[in-house]
Amino acid sequence: MTEQTLRPRKIRILVAKPGLDGHDRGAKVVARALSDAGYEVVYTGLHQTPDMIAAAALQESVDAVGLSIMSGAHMTLFPAVIEALKGRGAGDVLVFGGGIIPDEDVELLQKLGVSAIFKPGASTQEIVDWIERNIRPKHEVA
Amino acid sequence: MAAPSLDERAAATAKLVLAGDVRASARLMRDLDDNRPGAVEAMRLLYPHTGRAYVLGITGNPGAGKSTVVDALIDLYRKQGKRVGVVAVDPSSPFSGGAILGDRIRMQRHATDDGVFIRSLATRGHLGGLSRSTSDVAAVLDAMGFDVVIIETVGVGQDEVDVVSQAETAVVVTVPGLGDEIQAIKAGILEIADVLVVNKSDREGADRTVRDLTHMLELRPHEAEPVEIVRSVATNGKGIDELAAACERHRLRGDRAPEAEGTVTPRRRRRAFAQVREHVFDTLRRAIDEALESRGDLVDRVALRGLDPYSAADELIQAITSVPSLR
Repeated sequence: MTEQTLRPRKIRILVAKPGLDGHDRGAKVVARALSDAGYEVVYTGLHQTPDMIAAAALQESVDAVGLSIMSGAHMTLFPAVIEALKGRGAGDVLVFGGGIIPDEDVELLQKLGVSAIFKPGASTQEIVDWIERNIRPKHEVA
Repeated sequence: MAAPSLDERAAATAKLVLAGDVRASARLMRDLDDNRPGAVEAMRLLYPHTGRAYVLGITGNPGAGKSTVVDALIDLYRKQGKRVGVVAVDPSSPFSGGAILGDRIRMQRHATDDGVFIRSLATRGHLGGLSRSTSDVAAVLDAMGFDVVIIETVGVGQDEVDVVSQAETAVVVTVPGLGDEIQAIKAGILEIADVLVVNKSDREGADRTVRDLTHMLELRPHEAEPVEIVRSVATNGKGIDELAAACERHRLRGDRAPEAEGTVTPRRRRRAFAQVREHVFDTLRRAIDEALESRGDLVDRVALRGLDPYSAADELIQAITSVPSLR
């Protein structure tokens, strides 16, 4: 079978809520929207530690991890997840997220390796568009 | 031309899987699911190393507590020192093709245990309660050296019974209060059960459900295999050791019995039949899709009513079967 006739890969995204806050509505809305866009969304639920998230991302071989953080602990949790992924040899998994995150932190987080931050008010379509631009092309070469 | 060939890549992957490498194994699972070249070649190499794990299928009504039962079983097997792989299947949306795979939520406490590997799969349009790739993904876990592989199906209706052909022991989970005729587990589902679980058995009506199930089992022919009924409250682990013990008794009665050694048991035959058929279908399905794509002119002629669909189908079949190798 030739490369040209291969069907496109199914994009797989892990959606997780690290930390202690219990506000999972946003994460659920995003999970639903990504599923509606045709992606397979592994949803792990509340109170995940960075290591739990990284372990799940590896076992599920996802393209990206989306984190929803409402607790204000984003400056700790995002880098911790990125480190945990690297520690398990999965540094190529993109990390994006959303939640209550002040403007001044967004740039800092991107410097720390977070691929994208979607702020309150961002539409789910923006997330889908970002995935299409940043993840879909990777599958076309691999 | 320095890039490694498919066969070299497959050999490298197989070696990593046999060494228990999580990343390589997870990637192979994805390649199997996405139908990538090389994945089948790796499986060919891994096949001789499979067949050791005890493959347990868990099926039942939506909301019966399948994931919670799986979680409790993982806990029990881990306490016995066994390594556990899980393949959890959820439905894909027939409209978007997407899926929300949420079975891990109930199994969170095992997330960072290296002795547990949980993989979520979406059905991707496959009927029967499993995805096309389920048996291959279970085989990868087997080759990785997991002692027990648990396959959790989607919440089933009345004919999602594929799990029978994949698992050594099929466990059907139900709950009290689904109606006096036990609607959801009549016919097909009851017939596939090797072990029946009445979960949430602290609820009202549990005795009646057990009684109804017992009656239904009594209506089977005399020579039918025994089916044990176990009560559980999976959320607190109650009844799970009884469940594992019932599974173990079934296992030892079945293909692992000394007298079954080296013989073609009905279950082995059924499993082999399903595996071979699935791969034949798969190869043909791809060939059909390719042929349809490359012969768009035929389809257009049918669309314009210049050709009837029967003749168009004949012509496509000619084209497909004349290809020396379908792959």
